[in-house]
Amino acid sequence: MAGGPRRQYNNPIIRWIEYRLPIVSTMEATLGRDMPTPRNLNYWWSMGMILTVALAIQILTGIFLAMHYVPTAEGAFDSVERIMRDVNNGWMIRYMHANGASLFFAAVYIHIMRGLYYGSYKAPRELLWILGVLLLFIMMATAFIGYVLPWGQMSFWGATVITNLFSAIPLIGETLTTWIWGGFAVDNPTLNRFFSLHYLLPFVIAGITVLHIWALHVHGPSNPIGISPKGKHDTLPYHPYYTTKYLTVFGITLIIFAFFVFYEPLYLNHPDSFKPADPLSTPSHIVPEWYFLPFYAILRAIPDKLGGVVMFIASVAILFLVPFLDTSKVRSSRFRPIYKQFYWIFIADVILLGWCGSQPAGGIALLLARIGTVYYFAHFLLVMPLVGWFEKPRPIPDGISKPVIPKERGDIPTRSSPEAAE
Amino acid sequence: MSSTADKEQDKEASRRDFLFITAGAASLVGAGMAVWPFINSMNPAKDTLALATTEVDLSPIEEGQRITVMWRKKPVFIDHRTKDQIEKARNVSLSELKDPQSDNDRVQRPEWLVLVGICTHLGCIPKGQRTGDQLGEYKGWFCPCHGSHYDTSGRIRKGPAPTNLPVPPYKFTNETTIQIG
Amino acid sequence: MNNSSLLKIIISLAVLTLCNYAYAAGDAPVPPKKEWSFNGMFGTFERDKLQRGFKVYQEVCASCHSLKYINFRNLTEIGFTPEEAKFIASQAIVPGGIDDDGEPFERPGRLSDPLPRPFPNDNAARAANGGALPPDLSLITKNRNYGPNYLFALLTGYVDPPSGFELSPGMSYNKWFAGHQIAMSAPLSEDIVEYPDGTKASIDQMAEDITHFLHWAANPELEERHSLGFQVLIFLVLLTILFWFVKRAVWRKIDH
Repeated sequence: MAGGPRRQYNNPIIRWIEYRLPIVSTMEATLGRDMPTPRNLNYWWSMGMILTVALAIQILTGIFLAMHYVPTAEGAFDSVERIMRDVNNGWMIRYMHANGASLFFAAVYIHIMRGLYYGSYKAPRELLWILGVLLLFIMMATAFIGYVLPWGQMSFWGATVITNLFSAIPLIGETLTTWIWGGFAVDNPTLNRFFSLHYLLPFVIAGITVLHIWALHVHGPSNPIGISPKGKHDTLPYHPYYTTKYLTVFGITLIIFAFFVFYEPLYLNHPDSFKPADPLSTPSHIVPEWYFLPFYAILRAIPDKLGGVVMFIASVAILFLVPFLDTSKVRSSRFRPIYKQFYWIFIADVILLGWCGSQPAGGIALLLARIGTVYYFAHFLLVMPLVGWFEKPRPIPDGISKPVIPKERGDIPTRSSPEAAE
Repeated sequence: MSSTADKEQDKEASRRDFLFITAGAASLVGAGMAVWPFINSMNPAKDTLALATTEVDLSPIEEGQRITVMWRKKPVFIDHRTKDQIEKARNVSLSELKDPQSDNDRVQRPEWLVLVGICTHLGCIPKGQRTGDQLGEYKGWFCPCHGSHYDTSGRIRKGPAPTNLPVPPYKFTNETTIQIG
Repeated sequence: MNNSSLLKIIISLAVLTLCNYAYAAGDAPVPPKKEWSFNGMFGTFERDKLQRGFKVYQEVCASCHSLKYINFRNLTEIGFTPEEAKFIASQAIVPGGIDDDGEPFERPGRLSDPLPRPFPNDNAARAANGGALPPDLSLITKNRNYGPNYLFALLTGYVDPPSGFELSPGMSYNKWFAGHQIAMSAPLSEDIVEYPDGTKASIDQMAEDITHFLHWAANPELEERHSLGFQVLIFLVLLTILFWFVKRAVWRKIDH
C-alpha cells in the first residue's frame, strides 16, 4: 500500500503533483480501485456505495437548505415554510433532505445486517467494524439534532425528552443538561448550537468514512462465503465489475427515493411536526423517527431512569464488542446452521422492539419490549459466544473459485497491476 | 475460424462501448438536470420577487427637493427639479457626454427625475441627496468613493464611472404617485 | 440466500408499514376515506373548488382563523387572474408599517401582502374565543392525522350529542373530534355563502370546497411535485434499465 512502489502515471500534471505530494497514488491505494475484490460479492455488498450517495445527498441538500434556514426559535418554523413555498425548488430540496435521512438509515441498517450475517466484523476487520459503529453513533446524533431544527412540536418535544436523558447522570446531570440547553429549557440557544453541530457532524462522518474505507482497502471486503481470496483468480478489479453491478442497485434506490420524495414525502412524518413548537403543550403521543424506535423501546422498557438511559446507549454501544463476542472461527452464517437461526430470531426481535417503540407507553407493548430487550442483549452476550463454541459448522469450500470452475482460464480478468496495464 | 471469433468479439466490444457511452451520457444528463434545482434555489425566491414594486407619493416633495426611497433594497433618488436644473440638463450637447443620452429620454415628466442611486463605477451611493452634500462639478451628484461627477440629469460627466445613473422602470399611477418596478 | 433475501425485503416493508400504522393511530375516531382529486400520482387540484373554497374561507373561517402562509399573490395559483387577485387584495386593510411621524398606519392590501389575520396576537385570539385558540389553517391538512379526510369529516360531523353525554358550556359535540367536545361551534350552515358559479352551497359542498382549498394552502407545490416526479421516475427507470444492461455486458464472461 502506501509504502510500496508507486504507480507511474502518464499524465504529466499528475506526475508533477505525485513527485511533490503523492496524493493521487495514496488516494488510489486507500480509497480507489486498487482493491482485491472477491469475485463473489452479492448485492448486499452494495450498501457501502448507497451510503456514500446518501451522505452526499444529505450534505448537498443540507448546504442549500442552510442558505435559507433561520436558526432562531422565532424564525425557524417560518423559514422552513418559506423554503417549502417561496424558495425555488425549495420543497424538493427539503423533502429530499427529510427523506434522505430515512434512506441513510435504511441503507445503514441493511449494511449492518449484512455485516452481522456474513461475519464481516471478524479478524482482520475488527477496526473497520468499530469505525462503522462509531459512524452509526454520529449519524444518530446528527439525525436527532437535525430533527430539532424545523422547530415543530415533534422537534421541540423530541429535543426535550432526549436532552433530559442526560439529567439521569448522577451528580452532574442537572448541570450537564443546563449546559447542553444553554438555558433552563430547550430554547433559542439550544436550537442555535444544534444548527451549528448539525452542519459540523456530517463532515465528521465524511472524515471517519474515509478511515472506514481505508480500513476496508487494507484487507479488501469480506465475502458471502467468508473465505479470503487465495489469489488473483479469486478476485476482480472493483472497476468496472462492481461499479457496474452496484449501479443497478443505485438506480433502484433512486427510484424508491424519488417515489417517496415526489409522491409520499410525508409517509414517515408525524403530523405534529407541522405544528409550531409550543413549550406549554406536549403532543399526546411522542414517537421518534422510525429508525430510533427499537432503541426507544429499550429506553422505555427499563423502569429506572438512569438504567433506561444506560441500556439505551448500551444497545448501540454493544455493537462495538461484536468482533470480540463472536467466538466462531467461521465468518459466514451460510456455514453456521445454528447461528443462522439465531440471526433471524434477532432480526425479528429488533422489529418487535421497533413495533413496541411506536406504541403508546404501557400495556402489552411494554411487556413485549421488556422481553425483547432481554433477548436483544442475550443475543450479543450469550448467543454469540456460546453458539460459536458449541456449533459444528457445515463443510466449508476450499476457496472462492472452487465451487464454480471457469470455462476458459484466459477470460478471467486479474486485478490490474501496473505491469498488466502497460 | 479464428476470424469469426474475432468478429464476434469486435461486435461485443462495440456493443459494450455503445452501452457505456449511452449510460455515461444519460447519467451526465441526469446529473445536469439534478443540479439545476439547486442552483435555481439561490435565485430570488417568490416572496422576494413579490416585493419588487414600490409606490411613492410625490405630493409632499417640494420643488428643488430630493428624496431617497427603497426599491428592491436599493436606494432610488427622486428629484423634483427646478426650472434651472431642467434647463441645465437640456442645454448639453450629446457630443460632450461620455454616455450620450438626452434628458428627455431619461424622464417621463421633466420636473421629476427618478434614478437608481448607485454609482455605476463600483456601487457606492453618490452624495447630493441631503442639503449641504457635495453636488460635484455639474451640480448633480458626486460619488465620494472614486470621484465620479453626475449632472442634473444623473449623467456621468467626469470620473471613472462608465455609464449614467440608470433610470428604473416606473410609471405614474396618478398625478402625484409613481410606482417603481 | 434467496430465501433470506426475500425475508429481508418483507421485513423492511413490514417495518415501514408498522411504523406508519403506529404513527397514524391515536385516540381520535378514524374518519371515513373520501375521494379527492389531488390523491394519487396524477392528482391535481380543481380550480373551481379552490376558488369556492377560498370564498368559504374568507366569508366563514377568516373571522377567527388566520392563514398566515398564504399571500394575495398566491391567489393567482388557484386560477384568479392577476387583476382579480389585485382587486381582492385592495379590498383588505393591512398594517402598513410605521409612517414618517412614527405612527403605525393601515393601507389597502397589495399582492405581496399575506392575508390579514383576524387577531393581532394569540392572546387576543384566545380572549375573543372563550380561551380557545383558533389554529392557523395554513398547514391544517398536514398537521392533523388523516389530513383532508379528517377536516371534511369534522366540518360535517356536528350532530346532537348522544343522550347522557355531558357537554361543557360553550362547547359543541362533534363525531370526529378527539373527545367529541370542540370549542368551535358548527361553522357551516346551508347557503351561508353564495357561490358566484351558481353551485348549491350545501354543507357537504362547502366542506369539500374548503378542504380542497386548505389542502392546497398546505401543499401549494403538489401539482408541480406530481408532474415533475413522474418525469423523474420515467428517467430513472430508463437509466436503471441501461445500468442493468451495462452490468450484464461487463459480467458476460465472468462466472459468478
